[in-house]
Amino acid sequence: MKHLTQDDLVLHYYGETGRSAAHHLAECSQCRAEFQELSRVLAAIRAPEAPPRSTEYGAQVWHNLRPHLPEKAAASSWWLMPRRWAAMATVAALIVAAFLAGRYAERVRPQNPTVAAKTASPEGVLLVALGDHLDRSEMLLVEIAHAESPKDLDVTVERRHADDLLAANRLYRQTAMRVGDTATVAVLDDLERVLLQLAHAPDDPAALEQLQRQIEAKGLLFKVRVVQLNVKDEVKDRLPGVNPSQSRPTI
Amino acid sequence: MESLDAAAVAQVRAGDREAFRPLVERHSAMIFGLAFRMTGNEADAEEIVQETFLKAYRALGSFDGRSSFSTWVYRIASNCALDLLDRRKTQPQPAIPDPEDEEGPEERLPSEQPNAERLLYSAEMQARIKEAMESLTPVERTAFVLRHFDGRSVEEIAATLKVRTGAAKQSIFRAVQKMREALAPAMRSAR
Repeated sequence: MKHLTQDDLVLHYYGETGRSAAHHLAECSQCRAEFQELSRVLAAIRAPEAPPRSTEYGAQVWHNLRPHLPEKAAASSWWLMPRRWAAMATVAALIVAAFLAGRYAERVRPQNPTVAAKTASPEGVLLVALGDHLDRSEMLLVEIAHAESPKDLDVTVERRHADDLLAANRLYRQTAMRVGDTATVAVLDDLERVLLQLAHAPDDPAALEQLQRQIEAKGLLFKVRVVQLNVKDEVKDRLPGVNPSQSRPTI
Repeated sequence: MESLDAAAVAQVRAGDREAFRPLVERHSAMIFGLAFRMTGNEADAEEIVQETFLKAYRALGSFDGRSSFSTWVYRIASNCALDLLDRRKTQPQPAIPDPEDEEGPEERLPSEQPNAERLLYSAEMQARIKEAMESLTPVERTAFVLRHFDGRSVEEIAATLKVRTGAAKQSIFRAVQKMREALAPAMRSAR
């Protein structure tokens, strides 16, 4: 019988081996004894307890750090320059307009995939993040829109969820506004109103109906899905290895 | 929290320096904990926290968003800690008492009070663990902290240290071997 090496035992302790090591240990008393000895020592090694930090610690770090930060992060370079953003926003606006008008716009794809791969740069980060935000928002809107009564929802969870999305939504809206992406601003603005209402919604049928009416009247779910679709396609083009989300929106 | 982080990153990249603040506030304590586990020293840990966020801010352009900001900044902090350990290694350090010159835990254990024994043993073990950790090379120490204390996978450690998986494993093996050699005798005699 070939015994496990010390390295095998270490990997097994950290859960980095497959079933074969576990199977061997079950049958071999010699290796089992070795493993128990190793486990005893490693289990005794506990992390040193870090001195506690106050709840203000993060603010203190920021206070000390801020004077040393350059005005702009190195990242805020060409890919987020207003002109590029404006171009993307224009494309987005055109696609939204085409959909709203009931026409199909054939999306222009990069002609050379190599070029697309090369542009799979950090610029995609914003798109990935925005896509993720829209996914979460869509899920929440669907839950609200399809609920027949407040009993169908865990209102506390939905409120908290809305509150979390609200904070992120503000940041995206401000960013889009700063770079002049008015189409995205408009959708995020509508979304923000609904999220705000939901975050403070009372637990009664009238409030739910009001929210549902608002979502429907603004065509919010549709608008969110259109922007979401556009963002996902952009992500696919710019970050070929990234799966923009588990589910593709259906319009 | 991840969506908030992503939104803040996007804002910083669009030129809003103040948007970096929530990122710092949310992750400082986590980075401090890691830095302390790596260095065992409060002042060094504080230094690492500052350096980590400064580097993160400056390197935000290389953040591709495929991992969370939290994971990304954790890696930067690990490397800052590694750099600091490297620097410390080349600087003269205060003498560490030789364990051979001191009474081992086995000599101190006999006591009238079992609780006091346990406390003494625990304190003694912590001191020995600290000494053993200090005997590791910076890379071994980083690999060990990330694997043993923080539960990071070998692949994550390799990515953090920018080495191949095999090299990361070897660092862990060497660290475990050294820790065992340093601690096993004391543990055997304490049985």
